Amino acid sequence: MDILLEVQDTFHHVPDDAVQILADMLDLSVVDVEQTLTFYHFFSKEPVGKYAVYLNDSAVSDMFGRGQVLKALEEEAGTTFNTVSEDGLIGIWGTADIGMNDQEPAAIINGTVFTELDPPKVKKIIQGLKKGKDLQDLVKEVGEQIHPHQLLPVMVKNNLRQKGPVLFADYEVGKALQQAVELPPEEVVEIVKESNLRGRGGAGFPAGLKWEFCRASGGDEVYLVCNADEGEPGTFKERVILTELPRLLFEGMAIAGYALGVKQGVIYLRYEYRYMKEYLESVLQEMREQNLLGKDLAGKQGFDFDIRIQLGAGAYVCGEETGLIESMEGKRGEPRNRPPFPVTKGYLDQPTVVNNVETLCSVPKIILEGADWFKSMGTGESAGTKLLSISGDCEKPGVYEVEWGMTIRELLEMVGASDVQAVQVGGPSGTCIDPSQFNRAIAFEDLATGGSIIVIGKDRDLLKDFVLNYMDFFIEESCGSCAPCRTMNLILRNKLQKIMAGDSSKGEIDELLNWSMVGKETNRCGLGQTAANPIISTIENFRSLYESYIETDSEFVSSFDMAQAVAESCEIVGRVPNIEAH
Amino acid sequence: MNKNGKLKFEIDGKTCFAEKGQSIIDAAAANGVFIPSLCHVEGVKPAGSCRVCNIKIDGRTMTACTTPVAEGMVVDNDVPELNELRKTVIEALFVTGNHFCPSCEKSGNCELQALAYRYQMMVPRFPYEFPVKGVNARAKLIFHDQNRCILCKRCIRTIFKDGKHVFAYRNRGGEHLEVVLDEELASQFTEKEAKEAMEICPVGAILKKEEGYLVPIGERKYDKTPIGSDIEK
Repeated sequence: MDILLEVQDTFHHVPDDAVQILADMLDLSVVDVEQTLTFYHFFSKEPVGKYAVYLNDSAVSDMFGRGQVLKALEEEAGTTFNTVSEDGLIGIWGTADIGMNDQEPAAIINGTVFTELDPPKVKKIIQGLKKGKDLQDLVKEVGEQIHPHQLLPVMVKNNLRQKGPVLFADYEVGKALQQAVELPPEEVVEIVKESNLRGRGGAGFPAGLKWEFCRASGGDEVYLVCNADEGEPGTFKERVILTELPRLLFEGMAIAGYALGVKQGVIYLRYEYRYMKEYLESVLQEMREQNLLGKDLAGKQGFDFDIRIQLGAGAYVCGEETGLIESMEGKRGEPRNRPPFPVTKGYLDQPTVVNNVETLCSVPKIILEGADWFKSMGTGESAGTKLLSISGDCEKPGVYEVEWGMTIRELLEMVGASDVQAVQVGGPSGTCIDPSQFNRAIAFEDLATGGSIIVIGKDRDLLKDFVLNYMDFFIEESCGSCAPCRTMNLILRNKLQKIMAGDSSKGEIDELLNWSMVGKETNRCGLGQTAANPIISTIENFRSLYESYIETDSEFVSSFDMAQAVAESCEIVGRVPNIEAH
Repeated sequence: MNKNGKLKFEIDGKTCFAEKGQSIIDAAAANGVFIPSLCHVEGVKPAGSCRVCNIKIDGRTMTACTTPVAEGMVVDNDVPELNELRKTVIEALFVTGNHFCPSCEKSGNCELQALAYRYQMMVPRFPYEFPVKGVNARAKLIFHDQNRCILCKRCIRTIFKDGKHVFAYRNRGGEHLEVVLDEELASQFTEKEAKEAMEICPVGAILKKEEGYLVPIGERKYDKTPIGSDIEK
């Protein structure tokens, strides 16, 4: 992966020669190297331009003017979407959600993030690129200095709106680690287990149990991976943790490392967040100097632990823990079959714990304050707090740390949202609820979420702007190896389009719903099992929107358009069709 | 566990025995129970990609090729709910490729076609997508036809030349994923290897050149007996 990233950066694509050299070096066939290369969005076999502009494709980006930004980009760069300008300078591409939903439209240019774009900014940026200006200087030109650290770019706002009692409460770096290493490792696991801390990535598996399974499985080497590949459209909380609380995260990893007997921790950082890599490296270095990483950590003889950062290259499915492990091994990020689970056979077939960023950040606080303190917050099945990324039609988009159990109604009030048509909880793979359900709570036992909340206003076209966008997203981001995921998402999207074109009968809404249930039963990973959720939850909660497209009571509507079907052949033979006569 | 150290388990009420570590699909076959699959190859690490071998254990859907037998396991296999799912997946494969059986050299030996008959597919419930796909005829002894490929990964997992993969996935997702072959390596195939490649493919995506219809349609493997009947005898 690292080699491919470097080649891509240098040549703005991965040329055939480079593939051949890599194949020879690794003793692989050319197609084998290419199967990895072509899996990732930010690798390309064709030149993507000296400056490759990846404009966010997310639904929220569309809400805030992506169309106009794209038009301005095309005009200024003198090229069209999905192509490179003639001089090879600028290419314009789309990309799945880049974790900037609170400041859309946003784009990534050669790893640098530009946010809150509008046509004048686009003009400035493209003209600057044409003049050969440095990207960082351009960022300063169109953005304002927000983060005090010089290694962090000026444009990405963190929009941290509400600090809660767990993650964002004041704390002293290193104290929790010090306390942890004075306990036997099993006891650290026991405390985390006792706290009922559940995985914050979305699935909610108890973290302590995962650790216990890993400890029980033996193996020569144990690995700890921090999953910083947040790709669920609408989530950006980890962006905020990584830049606001990196020390807390690294300390959490060190404690996990101690509890599990890990020597090397890895942060799998999504490509979209590579702009913060240098900053994170500097924090790691600082912590090494403070003996919070490295050898004999916190003065504990024989406890060696360090962290390295592994960059991804653009693949939503790598947020699934086994897809992530495959990617770390330099392969296509296709989720694995389970069993075996990563805790017994993970990275390089060794026991591996993959924990979400937010999960690991909760650990030091639990060690310091105790499991009972943690359990005193939240609900019965969801202890502690949750970091929410809230975006869409609201006054105050951003990141909020709230106790589990908050209702959607309270949440909407908190972010300043009125005239709400729907709330998408948990991103596209979650559920879309209507106002009658706004008294439901954010909790594993009710509305589970990894943190993505998108507020959808009354004036939005829910099916066209959201459901369709989400289906396109899943079609593109599916690894494709499970037959039902590869085939059904496409079939569902096309059926949805047929309904929206007014070519369907009433019965076809139920048909669409029935077809949507196949993936949940048959697919291997979370992506495949939830990819139909945008359709399922909107048919269940917004059926009238579907019905509004049905024009007749008849049981059969032909979607066959005779005139269109014969248009091409008529043109060739120069005949004017006379359909009505037949 | 019985006295030979075998695991005792049950499929659709039938008592079966398995070696330790054996997958449900292999153990079922050894006990005369057919579980359909389009990607499984006995003796090769399972891919779990076609999702046709889905079975139920304690109400949970699992793939029989990737799940090892456990003592006392109770498996549902030949039940209406699962057969309907299998039929759905097979139909989805038909409409997302271009499968014209009458003109295909593999007709009668094709596992996709045979399973479609077994699960009584008449016409797919889904509209045909008619995707535009390519044919690669550059390798010396084989054709590679994307139109018929069901992306099951059998060729990727089993066919090597000099220890290197001859076939590989390219791209990803619902619209762009395809299987491609390494022309240089594939051109080094011997007659025997070319024949084996054709046989490992469950459909007609890999065909041997300069040879066709040696056995007439109507007299081929699944023309005579339905798929699975060799296991169920």
